[in-house]
Amino acid sequence: MIVAATNQLLELALALLAAPLLLGWVNKCRAWLQNRSAPSIWLPYRNLHKLFHKDAVLADNASLLFRAAPYVVFGSMVVAAAIIPSVGTALPSAYVADAIALVGLFATARVFMSLAAMDIGTAFGTLGARREMMIGFLAEPALLMVIFTASLIASSTSLVAISTAFVTRELAIYPSLAFAAIAFMLVLLAENARIPVDNPATHLELTMIHEAMLLEYSARHLALMEWAAALKLFNYAAIGIALFVPWGIARGDAGYVELLAGAPILALKLLSFGAGLALIETLSAKLRIFRAPEFLATAFLFAVLGMLVHLLLGS
Amino acid sequence: MSWSIWGGYSPIDATLVLIGAWLLLGVAGLFAPRNTRFVAHVIFPLGALVGLAMLVNAVVGITAPVETREMLLGLPDLPFHARQDALACVFLALLGGGSFGISLFAAGYFRDGPGAAPGLLGFQYHVFLASMAAVLLADDAYAFMVAWESMALASYFLVVTQHKVPAIQRAGFLYLLIAHIGALAILLSFGILQGGSWHFTFDAMRSASHPAPWASAAFFLALAGFGAKAGLLPLHVWLPEAHPAAPSPVSALLSGVMLKMAVYGTLRVALDLIGEPLWWWGLVTLGLGLGTALFGVVFAAVQTDMKRLLAYSSIENLGIAFSGAGLTLMFRGFGLDTLAAIALLATLYHCLNHACFKSLLFLATGSVLHATGERNLGKLGGLIHHMPWVAGLALIGTLALAGLPPLNGFVSEWLLLQVFLFTASVPQPFIDMFVPLGAALLALITALSAYVMVKFYGVIFLGRPREPALDKARDPGGLERLGLAWFALACVLLGVLPVVVLRFLEIVSAQLLGATLGDRLDSWWLLSPISAERAAYGPIVFLLGLVAVVVVAALVVRRYYHAGVRRGPAWDCGFGRLDSRMQDTAEGFGQPIRRIFAPFFVITRIVPSPSDTSPVYAVQIDDPFWGWLYRPIDRTVQGLAALVSRLQRGRISTYLLYSFLTLIGLLVLVL
Repeated sequence: MIVAATNQLLELALALLAAPLLLGWVNKCRAWLQNRSAPSIWLPYRNLHKLFHKDAVLADNASLLFRAAPYVVFGSMVVAAAIIPSVGTALPSAYVADAIALVGLFATARVFMSLAAMDIGTAFGTLGARREMMIGFLAEPALLMVIFTASLIASSTSLVAISTAFVTRELAIYPSLAFAAIAFMLVLLAENARIPVDNPATHLELTMIHEAMLLEYSARHLALMEWAAALKLFNYAAIGIALFVPWGIARGDAGYVELLAGAPILALKLLSFGAGLALIETLSAKLRIFRAPEFLATAFLFAVLGMLVHLLLGS
Repeated sequence: MSWSIWGGYSPIDATLVLIGAWLLLGVAGLFAPRNTRFVAHVIFPLGALVGLAMLVNAVVGITAPVETREMLLGLPDLPFHARQDALACVFLALLGGGSFGISLFAAGYFRDGPGAAPGLLGFQYHVFLASMAAVLLADDAYAFMVAWESMALASYFLVVTQHKVPAIQRAGFLYLLIAHIGALAILLSFGILQGGSWHFTFDAMRSASHPAPWASAAFFLALAGFGAKAGLLPLHVWLPEAHPAAPSPVSALLSGVMLKMAVYGTLRVALDLIGEPLWWWGLVTLGLGLGTALFGVVFAAVQTDMKRLLAYSSIENLGIAFSGAGLTLMFRGFGLDTLAAIALLATLYHCLNHACFKSLLFLATGSVLHATGERNLGKLGGLIHHMPWVAGLALIGTLALAGLPPLNGFVSEWLLLQVFLFTASVPQPFIDMFVPLGAALLALITALSAYVMVKFYGVIFLGRPREPALDKARDPGGLERLGLAWFALACVLLGVLPVVVLRFLEIVSAQLLGATLGDRLDSWWLLSPISAERAAYGPIVFLLGLVAVVVVAALVVRRYYHAGVRRGPAWDCGFGRLDSRMQDTAEGFGQPIRRIFAPFFVITRIVPSPSDTSPVYAVQIDDPFWGWLYRPIDRTVQGLAALVSRLQRGRISTYLLYSFLTLIGLLVLVL
């Protein structure tokens, strides 16, 4: 019981603190791969620190919804972090929300962010909101199909149960999961506003999605939104790890030692995930916005293929 | 349960009394048809109270044993039969709760103006309510058809309240036409179900034996008939016309309550009267439901009229409800009764949910309409500043309809997805493989409905006002706010306390399917319909967790960082000179959908030539079913009529010749 509570708090703290670090690591890797001089890995923290200490400037016609949205988006991502097993599977809060609720939580954050973007009534804000919702409705079914494939294998929709099932079974290659993993990676790129769907480094109006929605935010509101975006990337990475490479995660009956061992293993996985993400972003080019549906349809087809393979072969 | 203080209280008698009360209230309004104040401040609030009593009575009645009554009404030797079981009670509760909120709102809403007199409106409105309750109680085909037709007629008159507008006349006619096609199909279905006994009581139908081909014919006739009312493809065309034509409280009643009568009828026929559905009926219903839902949501995304948008979204939600009903029938057909029970509960839950959030949103559009006089999304915007009450309450409905946790729309979606995942245990090859893919479709539909809702809310309430007149918009009065708040509260409660509701709904599955969820509903806060290891969702903890994190984050930020705020003009990338026409219009927001789902639409673009001095740009999006189905039928009927009309020359000698020839023909036949 106490171990479970410790695990819960550890995971929350880890997610909150490590999320900006992961972002810094991805940026560093990207700079290395692109032969640029790399920014400090701590840069996202400094950014957050700076933003939190500034006076917020709100547009004249910003409503309460605009001011509340950063807290709701941030809160959703924190709750999401609390229900994804990363260090250990003894996770009390995962008991009340399964993977479908997790997807719903991401949708809540997305809807609030889009509504806030429409609140000021700028051309860029509504443009960003529209594109974000478009990516959202294309990516969400694919994400759910990935989760369904895994949950059919583990016969549970709880992420904890799925990763427990995958850790305890003997090592075997599941072709269905391979397809699902490809689909998941594509969804991850789209949902986290990475190249080839969006470019986190650009402020060129014609290409941006995520940044367009944040244009009117400043100071602490912007800090929360940025932190939430970092948390989202961390959460997606953690879902991917829990679904596809859960080995090394502390089991439900584990003690403190396993928990302590779980943390560096997780760190190792996250580091390689970040490097892989930077590699993908470096190797691919930004798509036109109307190629994004094709990109996500591919993800969806891979996810469906994964499910069909599972149902046909039973593996 | 002891009701000694009440003497002979019985829920069914109470329901009959309440139906009578509604009828009396309606008639009372006729005595002062032009007295708006009397109708608005006396009749409608009293009608709301009757609705509340109906809700309470139905909730109490759901746990009571099934009761039947033989009425003194009806034809000689053909009395009306009434019966109140758990299924009827669920829908009576929906009717009561829905009418409570809508009547409260209507009390503040109806004003003097063109169109029908308020007293007449009140009469039609209360007859509409009473006939819906009668549909739910009816226990023979005769009573059912009488109630069903009075429901159709009363709602028709309500739809054409503004009967001087040609578009509304057309909408009303279309509604009446399709309602009657549906009623004919239902009548034929009852004709088959009596099974040669020529007794038209539902009891006789339950005990009659139905050979498979006849049972299938009866089911599909009923599906067509009820589907016409629910807006299933391809009989959906009346719905986006009739809903916007009606006054907003009536639209709320049509969409929130009346459409559910179709779900009720389908469940009643398939699970109760026929009793043993075949699995492939479920498959057909499922496919039809999912197709309808996708069609509805895609069309909702490209609408520019806020009430049409909601009407298409109703088509979507009824499609989801019918896919749940399809899953119920399929599992029942395979003998997997526990799964059938979960699917049935999900279906009923979705009906309740839709009644709450769709009524809320239709009423909110009514408030917007009264405050601004605009239904066109392209002329609204920024209302959150002028109508904070409506905007706040509508936000709850918007989030619920978008299927976001922890509100109510998510609960039924979650249950349905769980059921879809279980289809893999169906013994039929191929079905176990392809039906889980329906889960993907459901996920797509839900995600699209979030898109639609962001468009709906964002364009109406957020951004800058698109017309200068919008600055004068004000929140509605107390009764209207109360009506909106009632539905918003229901959305939240149904969202966070699903198990409490499911314990009541479970009685329906116990009566119809003989299957319950048993001890899986023991924990009041944790929803785990199969097992806690398999899937669990505790919305109340979830909500508290989310609220706690948000509050803590806000407090920490406030405590440790100075929370200064300056106001300034919007930055907008330093562009400056921002005006309200630079925001996305409704057309603009729907553009990705138009592009991605292009094959769904018939799009006509009006692009003026470069030399045009007063250019007009327009995009018109039409329903392809008009071209595929309705216009060909129309042409055929017109052609046949033209052929027949050739016989009619209008000259007496020709008609005499016809009589003569007929006589000769008959003589030849007889001799």
